[in-house]
Amino acid sequence: MTIDLEQFYEVFFEESLEGLDVMEQALLGASSNGVDDESINTIFRAAHSIKGGSGTFGFNEITDFTHVMETLLDEVRDAKRDLTEETIELLLKSCDCLRGMIESLQLKKELDSTESTPLIAAFEAILNGKSDKLIDSNNKIQNDTNSSLDTSDAEQTADAVDSDSILKDSFDLLLTDTVTKPSVAVDDVNAGTPSSKGWRIRFIPEPQILLTGNEPIRLFRELAELGEFTSVAHTENLPGFDSLTVDECLLSWTLQLLTDASKEDVLEIFDWVMDECSLEVTPLGDVPDTGIDKSEAERPALDSIDLEQEPAELVNIESASAVRAVDEEEKAAVVTQSIKKTEPEAGSASATSTGSIRVGIDKVDSLINLVGELVITQSMLSELGNNFEVEKLDRLSMGLEQLLQNTKELQESVMRIRMLPISFAFNRFPRMIRDLANKTGKKVELILNGENTEIDKTVMEQIGDPLVHLVRNAIDHGIEPVEERLANGKLEQGTISLNAYHQGGNVVVEIKDDGRGIDASVILAKAKEKGLVDGAAELSESRIFDLIFEPGFSTAAVVSDISGRGVGMDVVRRNINSLGGRIEIESKLGKGSTFKVFLPLTLAILDGQLVRVGSEIYIVPLISIVESLQIKPELVNQVGGNMALYRLREDNVPIIPIYKEFGIEAENTQLEDGLLVVVEGEGQKIGLLVDDLLAQQQVVIKSLVNNYRKVEGVSGATILGDGSVSLILDVGGLIRHASERSSKLRRSKKHIKAA
Amino acid sequence: MDIQSLAQTIPVEGEISLDGLDFISHGDEYLTFCLGEEHYGVEILAVKEIRCWETPTLIPNSPSYVKGVINIRGIIIPIIDLRIRFGVGEVVYEPTTVVIVLNVETEAVNRMMGFVVDAVSDVLSADEESIKPAPNFGGNIPSELVAGLINMDESVVTLLVTEQLLTLEEDSHD
Amino acid sequence: MAKILIVDDSASMRNMVKVTLQSAGHQITDAADGQEALNKAKQGSFAAVITDLNMPVMDGITLIKNLRTLPSYKYTPLLLLTTESGIDKKTAGKQAGATGWLVKPFNPEKLLSTVDRVL
Repeated sequence: MTIDLEQFYEVFFEESLEGLDVMEQALLGASSNGVDDESINTIFRAAHSIKGGSGTFGFNEITDFTHVMETLLDEVRDAKRDLTEETIELLLKSCDCLRGMIESLQLKKELDSTESTPLIAAFEAILNGKSDKLIDSNNKIQNDTNSSLDTSDAEQTADAVDSDSILKDSFDLLLTDTVTKPSVAVDDVNAGTPSSKGWRIRFIPEPQILLTGNEPIRLFRELAELGEFTSVAHTENLPGFDSLTVDECLLSWTLQLLTDASKEDVLEIFDWVMDECSLEVTPLGDVPDTGIDKSEAERPALDSIDLEQEPAELVNIESASAVRAVDEEEKAAVVTQSIKKTEPEAGSASATSTGSIRVGIDKVDSLINLVGELVITQSMLSELGNNFEVEKLDRLSMGLEQLLQNTKELQESVMRIRMLPISFAFNRFPRMIRDLANKTGKKVELILNGENTEIDKTVMEQIGDPLVHLVRNAIDHGIEPVEERLANGKLEQGTISLNAYHQGGNVVVEIKDDGRGIDASVILAKAKEKGLVDGAAELSESRIFDLIFEPGFSTAAVVSDISGRGVGMDVVRRNINSLGGRIEIESKLGKGSTFKVFLPLTLAILDGQLVRVGSEIYIVPLISIVESLQIKPELVNQVGGNMALYRLREDNVPIIPIYKEFGIEAENTQLEDGLLVVVEGEGQKIGLLVDDLLAQQQVVIKSLVNNYRKVEGVSGATILGDGSVSLILDVGGLIRHASERSSKLRRSKKHIKAA
Repeated sequence: MDIQSLAQTIPVEGEISLDGLDFISHGDEYLTFCLGEEHYGVEILAVKEIRCWETPTLIPNSPSYVKGVINIRGIIIPIIDLRIRFGVGEVVYEPTTVVIVLNVETEAVNRMMGFVVDAVSDVLSADEESIKPAPNFGGNIPSELVAGLINMDESVVTLLVTEQLLTLEEDSHD
Repeated sequence: MAKILIVDDSASMRNMVKVTLQSAGHQITDAADGQEALNKAKQGSFAAVITDLNMPVMDGITLIKNLRTLPSYKYTPLLLLTTESGIDKKTAGKQAGATGWLVKPFNPEKLLSTVDRVL
């Protein structure tokens, strides 16, 4: 039988990366709040698990690396060493390095040791610096143990695949230790000398040996596998039958083993019970009268007795087995679920996009329950359908109601499977903020709230980079240098808080800083300078803030290497929009800024407003709707011939008649008393002229691109209750289209002026 | 595909029956159909199903021959009117008007589309020798769409390349 | 064939032990920490328990101590999986009532032969 270890690699990689994340979090926590036992244990456990797994699966480079980490952490755990800031830094670097190594392994790439070697050396330097201290502190035995450990691990490095040899190493180690124990008298003179004949073993177990699950009969069975085996039991210590207990083993044995096996082989069998017995192993050849010692007290019991027939022993063993042989129905336990994504992974998928989701048992259980209910409803309905009579109409509508409920709950549950707590995206920030604060010399505290807010895995994967960008910006542009803060009467340490929460059908992520805030006049001046807005334009504050997201806008006076590395805020907004989300800015000069990112809970389903234009029904994503209103003619202004603006409080919203945009027939082509759905995207509002507002409902998003191609103004399609197809409007696209047209208009006007 | 129901529900021109059709055969069988007076054929293995005409959902600003999209068991597919595309026949939607749904899954193409035709006529077996190379069409049909010609009684059947037919949308745009 | 409970916070190790023992015909239940294992051990009866040492919530040694107080696990073979070759851990394990140990890394063959020893 062979087990292909490769099948466990992916799980190992995933959990190791998770372990590194956990370690990093704990290290950062230790760095800012000091060390407590629990976090040290957490850090240790992570290193330890990775070491254990990598050793088992044969990733020796990882094992070597984690070994030095573990050794150091073990000392910290045993309070022999402090976790200094320097050590934390080294451990953090190691996390990065290990992450890189694991990702390389995931991609089946050769490991590059240029990064790991100096780190290992750094660990060793710290560790060696310590050994003198240890001797000083009279902990010599411990030190010996450690150094012999080191040798065993050195061999492990040389030949980690051969686990037997490692086992033997540790076994040797055990021997060296047990020498000092008085209970075991090992004949050292003969250790290791091959015996041609075999061994005589005097085995006196301590009475409680059975209580660790070690049964002498099992040891004998193993010995019997080494050669010809005979045993003599000594019953002199047995009490009277009435005071016999099943817990105690009061027998002892003299065993004879005719074998070529070495003394080590014999001792290995007793490995686990070394400290629970007195054991004497002497070569048979040494004793002139081979066989059982004549001087043994129990002459009558001298005959070699088959183990199974040994009466006294039988009492013990049988009762022991009887206790544990309570064979009950074992409850089936489903423990690990790994739900594979159905879509095939791209050839060289990036290391971060792991192909599986780990799903909590509770989620799967709730699915199973719901499916159970669905089956009941289904059988109820089909029974009803088999012989339907009008009287049963009530039951039918009840059943359909139930079906609706089941379907809804099932849908929610299935969606929950793809949901992960946003902490997965938040986790990288403590480290990032620490590094950035170091780099900029600013003092920043990070506060995370609502980390358990769940969000679709795909949304999470795609929101990471925009969030990083926003956080970087907050440190770089938001939080002031220490002197400036103090001068303004603020705390030396700035605060950035990340908050996630549900609001309606959305997840809102807030990136909030208590920095200098955004100066609207500066932004406006700059936008005018860059020609992004008309020189005379007067804009509301929120419109001005939105200018930050315009392509080609960058506020940083100096482009630092933290933010402003080519990727602008326009990309941030585009990424968020492409996820079906939007971003808002609130800012108070001198007090700080808040960037609010609104994200859909999932990409598979959308909350939509159904609108009708002529005979067509379109879906407007609810998230982008500002409001729907009946047009008041006096608020409509015609500009530039064919562009109509609607005055919505301080905004002038361009009116886009969908029938014109899409070239279809509509009932109402007049603006007067028409219905306007005001939508917002990419910082701009437009009003969609429709014939009718229908229901709001959740729709499942279907691709048009799969079988056709991208359609301007349409982001996808869905299937309505009657089976017909309805197109989902691409609000961002419609807005872009509208603004392109208006800028063309503006250009041609300028042209006219110039002429 | 359910051959029985197919045979019953499709309006078939003439007296040709689809009974005894071997769908698991060699791939040199063609489903022929009419566009006006002209006969065309597509590989039968690419035919997913044949449906009656139903009004699709319009796709804004699409070419006139793209009639819109419909839902086939949860998949959204576009409907192309080949009569408009090829400029043949009269564009009317009658109860006999059918949509042939073609599905191709190769490395290059993996898509499904519906094509509006006047009627399905026959299943044609053709070995390679009987397929004649097509002369260079001057008409509306791009030459890469044509696999060849087959003579059938007095008329000629133009065999279309399914993969090309399904990529037609991308090629003729952008 | 025996019912065996395996306890490890590392899913890959747990899977590896599980698959290996299943391939030898054993019936496996697994748990990710000592507390979960203890609960499962109380619900079912297992011929052997194989547990990791370092785990969150409840570590392997505490698990073994707890198991030994249960009448049905008084004599059950309880094996420790450990990378820590340090004797103190083994001694602590033995004192808690462990039957024996298996040092990581180990290969599937070693695991099977060790499990055979106790069954």
